[in-house]
This record gives sequence, structure tokens and C-alpha cells, in this order.
Amino acid sequence: MPDIAVPQFLIEFKDAFYLNFIKDNRWKYLVDGLSVTLRITFFAVLIGIVLGFLVAIIRATHDKVGRTTPLIKGTLSVLNFVCNVYLTVIRGTPVVVQLLIIYFVIFGSVRIDKIIVAILAFGINSGAYVAEIVRGGIMSIDQGQFEAGRSLGFNYGQTMWFIIIPQTLKNVLPALGNEFIVLLKETSVAGYIALADLTKGGDIIRSQTFSAYMPLIAVALIYLVMVIALSRLQKLLERRMRSRDK
Amino acid sequence: MTNNPYMKPFNPETDPLISVRDLQKNFKDLHALKGVDLDIYQGDVIFVVGPSGSGKSTFLRCLNCLEEADGGEIFFEGVNITNRNVDINRHRQKMGMVFQQFNLFPHMTVMKNLTQAPIILQHKSKEEAEAEAIKLLERVGLADRADAYPNQLSGGQKQRIAIVRALCMKPDVMLFDEPTSALDPEMVGEVLEVMRDLAKQKMTMVVVTHEMAFAREVASKVVFMAEGKILEVAPPDVFFNNPRTDRLKSFLEKVL
Repeated sequence: MPDIAVPQFLIEFKDAFYLNFIKDNRWKYLVDGLSVTLRITFFAVLIGIVLGFLVAIIRATHDKVGRTTPLIKGTLSVLNFVCNVYLTVIRGTPVVVQLLIIYFVIFGSVRIDKIIVAILAFGINSGAYVAEIVRGGIMSIDQGQFEAGRSLGFNYGQTMWFIIIPQTLKNVLPALGNEFIVLLKETSVAGYIALADLTKGGDIIRSQTFSAYMPLIAVALIYLVMVIALSRLQKLLERRMRSRDK
Repeated sequence: MTNNPYMKPFNPETDPLISVRDLQKNFKDLHALKGVDLDIYQGDVIFVVGPSGSGKSTFLRCLNCLEEADGGEIFFEGVNITNRNVDINRHRQKMGMVFQQFNLFPHMTVMKNLTQAPIILQHKSKEEAEAEAIKLLERVGLADRADAYPNQLSGGQKQRIAIVRALCMKPDVMLFDEPTSALDPEMVGEVLEVMRDLAKQKMTMVVVTHEMAFAREVASKVVFMAEGKILEVAPPDVFFNNPRTDRLKSFLEKVL
């Protein structure tokens, strides 16, 4: 049996792979980190959607509303002001700083699960971007749609719910999808509050094995696969929504 | 009921269905309506004509408060609907409106377009609402398009559906805001046919239009508006054959 010469780089790859992922069950850093990343992203997306739609509807209502009582008008002005402050502050500061402030300042003296802190921080952050996307979507719906709804006797809320929001949803889906892809990647700064997310997991492996290449590329690949999967999902949804009113 | 400040006694036999008093409307610097008075009785088919910018569309849109009046009063079935304490949504259910741009809901089938409001606002069952919708669709010859989406329809079909959508609420009056202006010429006829049919059935109608021949044929009264005022109101034969004001004379010379 002649020796089949195994190329040197393959041997090195195998050794590095063993060292970084198999030895001492280091792969668990990545799997556990992935689970943290996914949990943060999922719940932050939920918060972002709820908060974003709420803010968008308040702002659009404030811009749109015509016939109403002074009390409602006043309330709307106050709410609109609060929303504007929220949007300005959140969009005007880095998400890492927001995360640190929420962890060390707001919850500084409280024992709280870091994952919850991260979910809140990323959710509140995402809400600001979702709000502007959705508000743009609402404002882009032809005013005639609104008038048609009102002329039938629907009140403002019913017109929004049955007529404007469903059309908005379809229009903003691509932008919303992008926002959530960005959010997934942005959670990689969760390590700043010592949360062991996917990125941090890879970094922990690097600090133990002193080899940067293998764990960091692995982390990048995992993000890439998730983003590609999300993009696919987004395209699928868009196609389904479009075919519905063909 | 009578001590209510924004109600007055209403007898559908003798009182106007809609009574407009000194209606004023401003858009920033533009004084669009400068005191409009008009009584619209049950069964009236009122055509509002006039040069563009005369305020006729604004007037029509004020009737169901899509534009909020800046002054004056509009009594609909005895209720001053310009008063902010009035639940305008309830009264709008009784005022059907047809738009120049149709404004069908693109995310719903024709049937859903027609039945959504009756189901939600009048608490009809789906079956009942659909049965009524089908009957009306048959009347306009579009029963076979119930499952289509609006963007599968021609302009004329869309406008006929839009008329049916308003009719499904069983309104007491129908408001038409230039219903044929956005249509290709060959589709105007089918929409006018539906409106003619409605007029024959004694539906109270207020129509803003440029279709003079149609106004002459169908109207019970023609209203001439210019510069935010009503200058003449007359039955069509008087209106078109013996205009009193020079303004109307020159308008008719241009459009006829």
C-alpha cells in the first residue's frame, strides 16, 4: 500500500478544526451563542414590530387627522412629541451605547437577565426604524383609499385596520425584511454587556485556542447562512402577497 | 331630541333631505366656497356644473364632511352634520360616495369590497351581505366578476363596482364626484347607464360632472357654480335654453 500523500493544508485544517470545535466541546460555545443570538433577535423583532407600528400609527394619525375634538387633538400632539423624541434619540445614538446605557444605567442597580436587557435594547432600537418604514408605507397609500373607507362610514381606526394597514404591510415588507436582517447582525454587539451570543462564542474560542481564523470564519458563515435563509423567506412572503391581488 | 342643539325636526315628505346654509370653505389663501345655500329633496337628481376651480367638487365633498366646512351648516335628515359632536360615521353610512378615481380597495376581491362595510358597520351576516351584493352586481351586469380583484377590471367596470359598493350600504343619497372623468371615452356610457337606472328608481343623487348632455337628460335640477358660489339653479330645459346670468351663458357657449 503506497502512502497516499494527504496534502499538508488538509492535515492542518483537520487539526485546527479539532482544536477549535471538537476539543473540550468548544462547539458548544457556538451553539449556545447561536441560541442566544436567535432568542434576542426573535423577541427584539416582536418588540420592534409592535413599537414601530404603534409609533407609526400615532405619527400618521397626527399628520392626517382632521375632524376631531380638542381633547383628542391635544392628546395626539403630546403623543406625537413623545414619538419624535424617541425617534430622534434612538436613531441619533449608536445601538451599542443604548445597550450599555440600558444595562449599566437604567438597570444598573437591578439584577436582571442580560438577555432581557439585550432584547429590550435591540427591540426599542429596531422599533424606531420600523416606525419610519411603516409611517412611510402608510403615507404612500393613496389618500383616496382613506376617503373611500371613511365615505362608507368606517371610523378612523376601522379604515386603518381594514383598508390602510393591509396595503401598507405589503408595501413595507421588503424594507421590514431588511430591517430584521440588519437587526440579526446588530445583535453581535451584545458581547459588550458580556452576553455570550454567537459572536462572543466565537471570540471565546479564539481566546482559548489562540487561533482566530477558524472560529471567526465559522461565526461569519453562520450569520451568512441565517441571512440568506431570511432573505429567501422574505422573497417567498412577498411573492405570496403579490399573487393574492393579481 | 328636539332640544338637541344640532338637530331639528325632520319630515322626509316635506323637508329637504339635505339642507345647506351659507357653506364656507377655505384652503389656505383660497376661498373655495363663499356661502353656498342649497336644498336637496328626496328623489332630486341634482347636477352641479361649472368651470374647473369653481368649488363644485369641494362642495360635494363637504356634503359628507370629507372636507370640513369652515362655516355654515349642513343639515342631513335634520341633523347638523357639520357639528363636531355629531357622529359623522353614522351619517356617512347613509350617504354613498363615488369618486373620480374609483378608489376600490385593491387588496380585496370585488365581493369583499362590496360586503366589508355592510358586515362590519351594519352587522349583516356574510350570507346576507353577499346575497344583496350579488343582486346589485346583476343589476350592473357584473355578477360574474365577484371573485375578481380590482386591478383585473376595466375602468368602466371599476366605476360600476364602486357605485355598487356605495349602494350596498343602502344610502339615502348618492354623491358622485366626476364619476366619468377618469374613464376612457368608450367606457363612459356603461357608467352613465347605471346612473340613469338609479335616477329612474328615484335615488336622490348629487352629481358633479362635465357631461352636459347627460345632465340635460337625467337631472331634475342643474346647479351652476362659479368662483365658490351658486349662480343659478334651474330645471335642465330652463338651465340650458334660457340661462339668466352672463356667466352661465358664456360657460354654456364654451362647453356645448
